[in-house]
Amino acid sequence: MQVMLQIGLVFMQLILLLALSPFIVGVIRKVKARLQCRRGASLVQPYADLAKLFGKQPVISSTTSWIFTAAPYIVFASTVAAGLLMPVFISHTPLNFAGNIIALVYLLALGTFFLILAGLDAGSAFGGMGSSREAIVATLAEPAMILSILAIALTAGSTNLSTIVHQSALLEGMVLAPPAHLMALAAMFIVTLAETGRVPVDNPATHLELTMIHEAMLLEYSGRYLALMEWAAGIKLLVFLTLLVNVFAPWGIATSATPSALATGVAVYVMKVAGLAVIIGVIESMFAKLRLFRVPELLGSAFILALLALVFFYTLRG
Amino acid sequence: MTTLLTVLLACYLLGGLLPLCTSRPSLQSSLAHSSAVAGSTAGIALGLGGLFAAQPLTVSIPSNIPYLTFALRLDPLAAFFVLTISLVGLAASIYAYGYVREFTGHVSVGLLGSLLNGFLLSMTLVVMADNGFFFLIVWEVMSLISYVLVVTEHERPGVREAGLFYLIMTHAGTAFIILTFLLFAQETGSFSFEAFRHPDQRLPEGLRSIAFFTALIGFGAKAGLVPLHVWLPYAHPAAPSHISALMSGVMIKTAIYGLIRVYFDFFEGQFLWWWGFTVLSVGAFSALLGVMYALMEHDLKSLLAFSSVENVGIILLGIGAGMIFHTYGLDELAALGLLAGLYHTINHAAFKALLFLGAGSLLFATHTRNIEQYGGLLRRMPWTGLCFLIGAVSIAALPPTSGFVSEWLIFQSLFLSVQLPTLFLKLMLPIVAAILALTGALAVACFAKAFGLSFLAQPRSPQARHAVEVPVSMRIGMGFLAASCALLGLAPMLVVPLLDRVTAPFTGVTISDKVLAFDGWVVAPVTVEFSSISMPVLAALLVGAGGLGLAIARLLGKGAPARYSRTWGCGLPLTPRMEYTATAFVQPIKQVFETIYQPTVKLEREFLEQSKYFIRHQRFHSHIEPLFEKYVYQPVVTGLLAAAERLRVIQAGSLHLYLTYIFLTLVLLLLWAG
Repeated sequence: MQVMLQIGLVFMQLILLLALSPFIVGVIRKVKARLQCRRGASLVQPYADLAKLFGKQPVISSTTSWIFTAAPYIVFASTVAAGLLMPVFISHTPLNFAGNIIALVYLLALGTFFLILAGLDAGSAFGGMGSSREAIVATLAEPAMILSILAIALTAGSTNLSTIVHQSALLEGMVLAPPAHLMALAAMFIVTLAETGRVPVDNPATHLELTMIHEAMLLEYSGRYLALMEWAAGIKLLVFLTLLVNVFAPWGIATSATPSALATGVAVYVMKVAGLAVIIGVIESMFAKLRLFRVPELLGSAFILALLALVFFYTLRG
Repeated sequence: MTTLLTVLLACYLLGGLLPLCTSRPSLQSSLAHSSAVAGSTAGIALGLGGLFAAQPLTVSIPSNIPYLTFALRLDPLAAFFVLTISLVGLAASIYAYGYVREFTGHVSVGLLGSLLNGFLLSMTLVVMADNGFFFLIVWEVMSLISYVLVVTEHERPGVREAGLFYLIMTHAGTAFIILTFLLFAQETGSFSFEAFRHPDQRLPEGLRSIAFFTALIGFGAKAGLVPLHVWLPYAHPAAPSHISALMSGVMIKTAIYGLIRVYFDFFEGQFLWWWGFTVLSVGAFSALLGVMYALMEHDLKSLLAFSSVENVGIILLGIGAGMIFHTYGLDELAALGLLAGLYHTINHAAFKALLFLGAGSLLFATHTRNIEQYGGLLRRMPWTGLCFLIGAVSIAALPPTSGFVSEWLIFQSLFLSVQLPTLFLKLMLPIVAAILALTGALAVACFAKAFGLSFLAQPRSPQARHAVEVPVSMRIGMGFLAASCALLGLAPMLVVPLLDRVTAPFTGVTISDKVLAFDGWVVAPVTVEFSSISMPVLAALLVGAGGLGLAIARLLGKGAPARYSRTWGCGLPLTPRMEYTATAFVQPIKQVFETIYQPTVKLEREFLEQSKYFIRHQRFHSHIEPLFEKYVYQPVVTGLLAAAERLRVIQAGSLHLYLTYIFLTLVLLLLWAG
């Protein structure tokens, strides 16, 4: 019975992540459109896009190897697997034991690795350019991410995401250090923008050859392969947003597996990530994309913030 | 056990002698490599036996020479390293059957095979030696054989210089090891390791610190720790590839063995706090600089050699963290750090040897080591490509492969610094964790480059266009190591108990039960509450999610067959010249970290006479400053040469003068003695 319940929860989380991610992408697009005084596409447009792409015949470059066709599945799999490791609407996620926050970060890195390879495989200059830039952005984001995670892990005394979220939600067993929390949050937010290819690091809406990163790597993809890649990008965005809302503001998350708690958990979760998506939409409209060689400064400041969070944590605790 | 040891010695000795008795290269190759295969198989059995044995196997043959006994001791630490050496030795020997064909004609295959056996034997004896004198002898034999192997192709440019550099550095290192042993021997009056282990009276504090540093320098020179790493990227790539695999995969591990033996065994784990911190800092420094230079390297084998510097650094992070925890009496965490370091040791042996064998296959097929000349090889060499990919994913520490498990364990032991009593260390260990994160991310970029630019897109040279897959024996050698990588990654429940037997005597605690929760399905450092991973479940999740993606694509896409077409080249036919090159790929990283790389770019242009808007020739040259060679080694070399120049005054070449020198020395000595 217990096992069935746990398996049920895993599938519920899986379906929620798969179903919600296009919606989040739609929300960001809508917000940007409204801020540009456009009406914008409907919120279900990303779903329609995906369905259409899946139905189309893919065109594969004849210079590619099996890496090119395998990469979309690997990227999709690694992103979904990462999403299943973290608490989404219930603080004790069943697959928590399978990997902590480091495992999540490295699973996403697996996706990045194959994305870089996929960008190189078609042999066009654009793909290589995207891969090369993705490599530097991912490289600079990772130390900041690990440090900010550690700062949070320290407050909960654990690097297991479920434990961190559960303890923050109930405010028990936590060492409260608000400045440390805020700085880690800021660092993590910058990392989120960088890792998910958002303005000011990358612009998901552009196909202008000189500025694209993520889109450049996907340039040769079409049909179902493109659909999987786009969907994986959406899920990755959702994974980062979930991390932000659940680690820094876990209130409302279900702490036990009763139907009412789960219903509240799901509803609150959807509202929180949608709210965060609105914020990202606003930020994307307010800022211009940075030049590539200004990105290190941005990510460097994220690193410093995370380091300060750590220092504050230790000094405040005395 | 003794039988196994005898078999091992006999196989390697026969393998060393038999090939020299015949002159047919094919027979020489079969004899040498079959003996090596048999010897290393016995080595695997011996290593496993030694790990499970209740009592260490000891063999001792006295000799007439004072202080020297031919003592061997197979305790769990030695057994673990015998296992590692033999695993890689087996793969390299199988691989060599096919690979040495490349050398037939211009290098003696028999001598090469014979030296391979000698090299494997000397490494096995190094980790089993139980007498300081004997250790130094086999250590020296190992260094000399590897030197001879490095200069196998001495007619190629740069190989002799690489060999000489290696010879000098390794002997400087040996001098420091001798110094370490002399310090111990001075106190105990014996060169036996048993006496080092249980001295009548301990060394005074100051001498212990000196011994700490001499051991770190002596073994560090062999391991390639920054700043003693400079020889490694020249020497390792110069050797034939299966020898490079052994040198980078296991020979540098004998130095790790030496460090653990001296620190945890001879010092009995009595450390000052800054010893562990020094090891940790050196490790962090080596890891970061190693991977940074690896990224900029376009010679595939040099890239792998620099990456060995990185991985030795990562191993030292585990050992250093273990030492720090041990100082403060946190035995379980000390065992965890040491275990993580050892786990990375065997992982690195497997995947680095695999990658070197892969690089050897590329060299075999294309006769070049330059990544810029590769491209599109995955379609021409699918097996080599797959094996290389497995190695690349492992070394980039991506789940669900072996590198990830050990790096994850090292991360955890660094995070557990929360339990340390001093604020300084509490802050420094997370910073080291951040350096490790940066190293890991750079390694992802580095091996995405190494694999992507070698195997993907279109061939960038005629050699790459005409490459064909390598012979079966070479594929088996690589496949064996690829399978080891997968096993080491997916089955930590088999590896951790073995490693626990190695660390238990040094830390006094067994942590296998705690690290492996839920019947071994979950790896959790010390407590499940702090963190946990489950490699089989992660792998199953990845496969399941991939299957889900496939199912969705089938269901929604109705399985429409793909159409093949050329990549869009902006209206021009796509040529390999449009591809991103290795230089271009790493350009942003070079620019961001320019303080470290100090890149210089030289662009020479020659214009047409008619107009300066049309270029006739263009030469582009970019160069990275090797900081340590320029600022540390160059002044030393210049100083030495200047001193030698001065000393030339006393070398007049006259026999009478030299007799006078001898006479004067004799008089001085007599005066001193009297």
